[in-house]
Amino acid sequence: MSLNKTLVSMEYLLKEAPREKHFITGAQAMAEAVKRASVDMAIAYPITPQSEVMHLVGDIYAQGHIKEYYRAEEELGTMSAIAGAARAGVRLFTATSGPGLLRGLEAIVSWPGHRVPCVLGVLTRVVNAPLSIQPDNIEMAYLLHSGVVLLHAENQQDTFDMTLAAFAITEKVDVYIPVAVATEGFFVTHAKGYVDMTSEELAFNEPDPYAAPVPAMDNEVPPARIQRDAPVQKSNFMSYLIHSVWQQEIWDSNKRAMKYIYQYLGGPIEVQNPDADVFVLASGCAAAQAREAHRYAQEEELSVGFIKVRAIRPFPKEEIRAALKNAKKVIIPEHNIIGWLATEVKAAIPNSGIVVDGPRVYGGMTLPVELIMEQVYMALGMKSETLQA
Amino acid sequence: MSLRYMIPASKFKKYLPKDYVELVDYGPFGKDYNDVGVKNMGTYKELIEEHPMCSGCWMAYYIKIIFASLPNPEDTVTIGTAGCGRLAISQAAVPFIYGNYGDQNAMASGITRAFRLRFPDRHKDVITIAGDGGMMDIGFSMTMHAWFRRERFTTIMLDNEVYGNTGGQESGMSMEGAILKMSPTGKKFGKMPAMQLAITAGCVYVVKMSPTNINKASKAIRRAIFAARTLGPTFLHVYTSCNIEYSIPTNDVFRDAKEMEKGRFAYEEYMTDEAKELFAQIESKNKREVS
Repeated sequence: MSLNKTLVSMEYLLKEAPREKHFITGAQAMAEAVKRASVDMAIAYPITPQSEVMHLVGDIYAQGHIKEYYRAEEELGTMSAIAGAARAGVRLFTATSGPGLLRGLEAIVSWPGHRVPCVLGVLTRVVNAPLSIQPDNIEMAYLLHSGVVLLHAENQQDTFDMTLAAFAITEKVDVYIPVAVATEGFFVTHAKGYVDMTSEELAFNEPDPYAAPVPAMDNEVPPARIQRDAPVQKSNFMSYLIHSVWQQEIWDSNKRAMKYIYQYLGGPIEVQNPDADVFVLASGCAAAQAREAHRYAQEEELSVGFIKVRAIRPFPKEEIRAALKNAKKVIIPEHNIIGWLATEVKAAIPNSGIVVDGPRVYGGMTLPVELIMEQVYMALGMKSETLQA
Repeated sequence: MSLRYMIPASKFKKYLPKDYVELVDYGPFGKDYNDVGVKNMGTYKELIEEHPMCSGCWMAYYIKIIFASLPNPEDTVTIGTAGCGRLAISQAAVPFIYGNYGDQNAMASGITRAFRLRFPDRHKDVITIAGDGGMMDIGFSMTMHAWFRRERFTTIMLDNEVYGNTGGQESGMSMEGAILKMSPTGKKFGKMPAMQLAITAGCVYVVKMSPTNINKASKAIRRAIFAARTLGPTFLHVYTSCNIEYSIPTNDVFRDAKEMEKGRFAYEEYMTDEAKELFAQIESKNKREVS
C-alpha cells in the first residue's frame, strides 16, 4: 500500500516542518511518531501499560504506514526477532514495559554489541513484588549499563519528538546502536496532553542498508562474510581483546550519540534560572512535577532553579556539572525507590554532598509538588508548614 | 548480486587470504549441485573444513553434510545458539548469526520476514541449527511459536541427547533413566516427542533420522530448504551423538549411529501433500538430484 508520503530529513521533520496542535495520549504520541518514521517492521507483545502503543502501531500497519507487523510469543522472542530482522537491514520498532523489559533484557543487552539499530519504547511500570501495573521507573536502572542510548520523556510532546529523533540517531554511522525512549506508564501513556505534530504526509527518509557502517547480513553487501574463524568464542587472548575493543567501541558510540541529542532535541538537559542557589533536577514525569515546583518557587520569589535531564545514556555529566557549579543544594525527585538518577548525579559532580536524595515515590504513586516544595524550603533553611504540622 | 558480492576485484584478489580466494575459485558458490554437493566431497573446496570439535564427533560430520547440501550457499544465512554445534557452524564460509540462548527461531522469524520485504522475488535461505537443549529446552517456546506462526525457514536439531558443551547435563531429549549431570539418580521422564510436536505445530516437512547415509541425509536437508522457501516451516531431527559424554569409543561412533537407526532414530519422513507435489516437481526437473 503506497500512501504517497513526502520523504524528508529528520532535521526538517523535527525543526522546520509545520506543526499542528493535537490533544492526545502519550501512547498516541509514540505511535504517531512511528507513523512518520518510515518503519519497515514492528513486532508486538502485550503488557500493560505498553499495549496501547503497539495496538496503535498495529492500526497504522493495517493502514499501510508500516510494511510488516506481528505479535510475537513473548518478549525474549520479540527482542530476538528484532535482532534477527536488523541483520537484514530494515528499520524496526518495538515497545515494552517493566517485567516485559526484564524478560527481553538478555536480548536487549546484546543489541548494542550486535550493532542492532532499532527504537525501543519503554513505558515504565512496577517490576518488583508485590507486582502491580502502576508507573514506577525502576526498570530504567537495568538499562543504564546495557549500552543502549536512553532518552527519558517528560510528557506527550517529548514522547513524540524523542521517538522521532531516536530513529535518526540509531542509524547514524558513528552511533548505530539502539535507542530507547522511556516515559512513565499511565501518567504519560494514558493521559492526554498537547502535542504539536507534523503532518502525517511527511515521513523520515527510508533507511539505506548499503550506507550502514555494519553491512546488513543479506549476502548482498561486500565484504562477504565468509570468514572461517570466530575467535570470540574461544578462551584465549584474542577473545579477550576482541570483546574489550568491541565494547569500548559500543560505549564510545553511545557517547557519540550526544551530538545528535543536541542537534535534534536541543541538548541533553534544560536549565531554568541558572543562577539559583537551590536546584530541582529530574527526568521524565518527575520533571513535570519539578517544573511545577519551580513555578511555585518563582511565585514565592525563591532562589530555585530547574534542570530537566533528557538523556540518561549518554549521561550528560559535563552539562550537569556546569549547571550545578554554584548550587548549594540539588533536590532530585524520582519515581522509584532506589534513586538511580540521584546516584548518577552524585557520580557526575565533585561535591555530591549537595544532593538531596528525593523525594521519591514508588509503586505508582503520584508525586505531589508539595513534597518537592518541602525539600526546597528545607534546603533554603526555611520552615516547612507541612513538616511542622 | 549474491554471487558477485563475494568475488573480489581482480587487482585486489592477490591481497586476500588464500582461503578466501580458494573458496571463490574452487568452492561450491554458484555451481550446480551435481558438480559439488555431498557426492563430490573431497574434490572441491568445501564450505567447512577445519573445526574444533572432538575427535570422532558425529555432530561435526553431520554439520559438514549440511553445508555440502545447501542448494544456494551464496544466499544462505545460518543461525545458531550456544552449544557444541556453533563451534563448527561458525567455521563455515556462510554467514552465521550467533544469537542469545535458544533464540535462534525467533531471530530467524525476524530475518526471514525482513528478507522477504527487501527481496520479494528472491530466495534467501535461512536455517537454524541448534542442539536439543537449544531447540527443545531453553528455546522451546521460540521454536514452537515460529512453527505455529508458519515462519518459512528450516530448523535443524542436532540431538545428542545431552548438554555436551556445558559438560554433560540432562536435557529434555535425554532418555528416561539416563544418569547424567543434573540427573544424578537418572532422568525421571522420557524424551520429548519433537517430531510429533513439529507436525502438530504445522511444519510442512519433518524428518527424524540418524544420518548414516550421506545421500539420504543430504536429500532431507535439501527438501527441508526447498519446502521452507514457499510452503512453511520445516524440521529435521537428527541424531548426532556425543561420544564424549556417552563414552562412545571413537571407532564405534558410526556403529552407534547405525544402532540408533534401528531404534529410536529409525528413519521417519512426514510431508504435506503440497510438499510432496513440490518435491516431485523439483526432483523430476533434475533426475540426477534423486539419490
